Amino acid sequence: MTTFLSVVVLLPIAALVWSSGSHGRHAFWSAVTAPEAVAALKLTLGASLLVAAVNAVVGTITAWVLVRDDFTGRSLMNAVIDLPFALPTIVGGLTLLTLYGPRSPLGLDLAYTRTAVVLALLFETLPFVVRTVQPVLHELDREAEEAARSLGAHEGRVFRSIVLPNILPGILSGVALAFARAVGEIGAIVLVSGNLPFRTEVAAVFVFNHIQSGDENGAAAVAVVLLALAFGVLLAVGGLRHLATRHERGT
Amino acid sequence: MSIDARNVSKRFGSFQALHDVSLHVDGGSLTALLGPSGSGKSTLLRIVAGLERPDAGEVRLGGEDATALAPQHRGVGFVFQHYAAFKHMTVRDNVAFGLEVRKRPKAEIRARVDELLALVQLTGFGDRYPAQLSGGQRQRMALARALAPEPRVLLLDEPFGALDARVRAELRTWLRRLHEEAHTTTVLVTHDQAEAMEVADRVVVMNEGRVEQAAPPRELYDAPASEFVLRFLGEAVWFDGRLVRPHDLEIVLDADATTREAQVDRIVHLGFEARCELTLDDGSPLMVQLTRLQAAELELEPGQIVLVRGPGVGVCGELPHVVG
Amino acid sequence: MARRAGLRSVAVVYLLAVLLGPLAMVFYRAFGQGVRPLWVALTDANTVHAFRLTLEITAIAVPVNTVFGVVCALAIVRRRFPGAGIVNALVDLPLALSPVVVGLMLFLLYGRTGWFGPSLAGHGVQVLFATPSLVLATIFVSLPFVAREVVPTLRELGDEQEQAAYTLGASGRQAFWRITLPSIRWAVVYGVVLTTARSLGEYGAVAVVSGHIEGKTETATLRVQDYYENFNTAGAYGIAIVLAAISVLVLLALTLLRPKEGA
Repeated sequence: MTTFLSVVVLLPIAALVWSSGSHGRHAFWSAVTAPEAVAALKLTLGASLLVAAVNAVVGTITAWVLVRDDFTGRSLMNAVIDLPFALPTIVGGLTLLTLYGPRSPLGLDLAYTRTAVVLALLFETLPFVVRTVQPVLHELDREAEEAARSLGAHEGRVFRSIVLPNILPGILSGVALAFARAVGEIGAIVLVSGNLPFRTEVAAVFVFNHIQSGDENGAAAVAVVLLALAFGVLLAVGGLRHLATRHERGT
Repeated sequence: MSIDARNVSKRFGSFQALHDVSLHVDGGSLTALLGPSGSGKSTLLRIVAGLERPDAGEVRLGGEDATALAPQHRGVGFVFQHYAAFKHMTVRDNVAFGLEVRKRPKAEIRARVDELLALVQLTGFGDRYPAQLSGGQRQRMALARALAPEPRVLLLDEPFGALDARVRAELRTWLRRLHEEAHTTTVLVTHDQAEAMEVADRVVVMNEGRVEQAAPPRELYDAPASEFVLRFLGEAVWFDGRLVRPHDLEIVLDADATTREAQVDRIVHLGFEARCELTLDDGSPLMVQLTRLQAAELELEPGQIVLVRGPGVGVCGELPHVVG
Repeated sequence: MARRAGLRSVAVVYLLAVLLGPLAMVFYRAFGQGVRPLWVALTDANTVHAFRLTLEITAIAVPVNTVFGVVCALAIVRRRFPGAGIVNALVDLPLALSPVVVGLMLFLLYGRTGWFGPSLAGHGVQVLFATPSLVLATIFVSLPFVAREVVPTLRELGDEQEQAAYTLGASGRQAFWRITLPSIRWAVVYGVVLTTARSLGEYGAVAVVSGHIEGKTETATLRVQDYYENFNTAGAYGIAIVLAAISVLVLLALTLLRPKEGA
């Protein structure tokens, strides 16, 4: 197993890290700080943070509705949430174009705009917060909320003081995963955004374009940044999990 | 088949579970390992089963060194507290497992499973899944499963701990009866002293990784080897500088050299017995256990001053070293 | 309760706007021009090849990752070994890492100027711009799913059933096949469904390493992009519909397999 993992995962990572550093720190730094790279990274990070924040709120609401509410169509809604996991990203992009691109029945044409980038990311990251919060909500001890109510707390207070602290680690790990996914997304974006450098070119597309044009250095530099972000997110999620279970670990 | 553990020690991380423990179990007997949580009794049982390896010491089964043997080859049957049922198999397949693993002929397996299901009173449940059984039924299935390959030794790790009181009591009686018929060497781990006393030929009391005393139940009760054993096996109160059993104290009407004055605080009627909480003349609390009849005859009232007599010398488990 | 209805509407509207609306539009638009153009596009030789290639890659990646996933999960949960944390992180990496970066990594390993490229080429083995790189890329990106599903299930199950099996005389092997594997089978199946969906839908990594050679190294997802960028919307929608239909089946499978969360 470890050999398989080393060959499939470790080796490629080593190749990337080595390659990005092979021309020295200077070359790496200038590649990373090249205007186009910076623009791509800024757009990527900005859009991803925005999307993560939106998911934090809407994802939590959706999870709440799925766990605490009961209505016809709830199981359908539950099933549909996983669509972005099941659907190829390129098809996801295509579906968004159909409703929001040129010839959209709504009269909108968001193709080639930054809004399109955000929309594509919202599509692809939809399941993350919902799916991390759902099980936590499900496991919550309702009696604690009932106790709070019997002590006079109103609903908002109950949510804020009793529910939220317990589901927060779930929300945060969902947010972290959504962020990581958004940062790396290409398939859903490539058709809708037009990939215009300095305008709608995200980091992943930047890397792709520079591989195509033979600029492996430029591509590798930004790729390493993405790799570091990915590891960072995994560390954060691991840390959150540790934090979330600290109450259960006692001694 | 007899079991011998000699100088067994085991530690988990920084916790020493067993300190140089030695134990002998006669072939064909039913022995209980009794003690509070953390006493090492489950660890010892699992070492006998081969599910844990001791850091030091040896285990002998039937006189032969089994310390290095894997559990598969020890011929022990093991029953877990939470059943460890094979959830994806039917009751029948669960019970048959040990035989199927030994590649017995199908007909033989079928017959033996039927026999065992009848023994544990689960005939007709063969095609159900463990999830469809009650806790007591699951444990009976687990027992049948452990007995199927005809083990030389049967080990039970708090087998009734997860069940409610009624079921526990039924299964206890039933286990004893089973043992009377089959006479397989059986070791039962429990923290319930009533269970150990009721079921076992011999009880090994353990505490903090050491054996406190190993003796038949009566001897443990009447001649405890330490204060721990005395307190663990029943209630004990201080009287005249000694630890005595509440039911060995008497409430009498005539004073003599051995009686002490006490004031009744409260009388609790528990149906089959009554407990009288008193305060002695020196202010210390006391509890006397009376039969229904005694309580009725005495007609005690809170606030009443009575006389209490302790057991005479040699009547109860006196510990010469436990004084004042 | 007004609050309930309010929250419910937010969720429903959001899902419609972001997910269901667009999906419905695709089916509507695809059949808007009639079935014929779709049929022509789907029966085009290169399209058929693209689907075949995608299926072939998936047929390799899924079993490989299933075996890996189960072995890895067992190692992480049952065997305390130093480095379990690192293994965990490495296995999760494909979830957080951009597929384009994956493609680049393979490029750096197997390209003309890569670590192994020249020596493999010397032996007549072509990785990049050929099926092997597509397979490697797909294996990487769909690596985590089986392991991630099996690990929590294994943790929850504990190993008491296996211990019972040992006391009943089962060898390590017998305990694995008869007790461990059946106990985790639904988690494995769920993971396999996710792995399959991910493999079928892979785009970013294969876009880098495939070379987009029609009829040779073009997968179904790459062909969608190809058709769209060449203004063959019928073709793009045709493939998209097929892939979307498969996704709906995947969703169905996931829904049926998901452990029922009691009311």
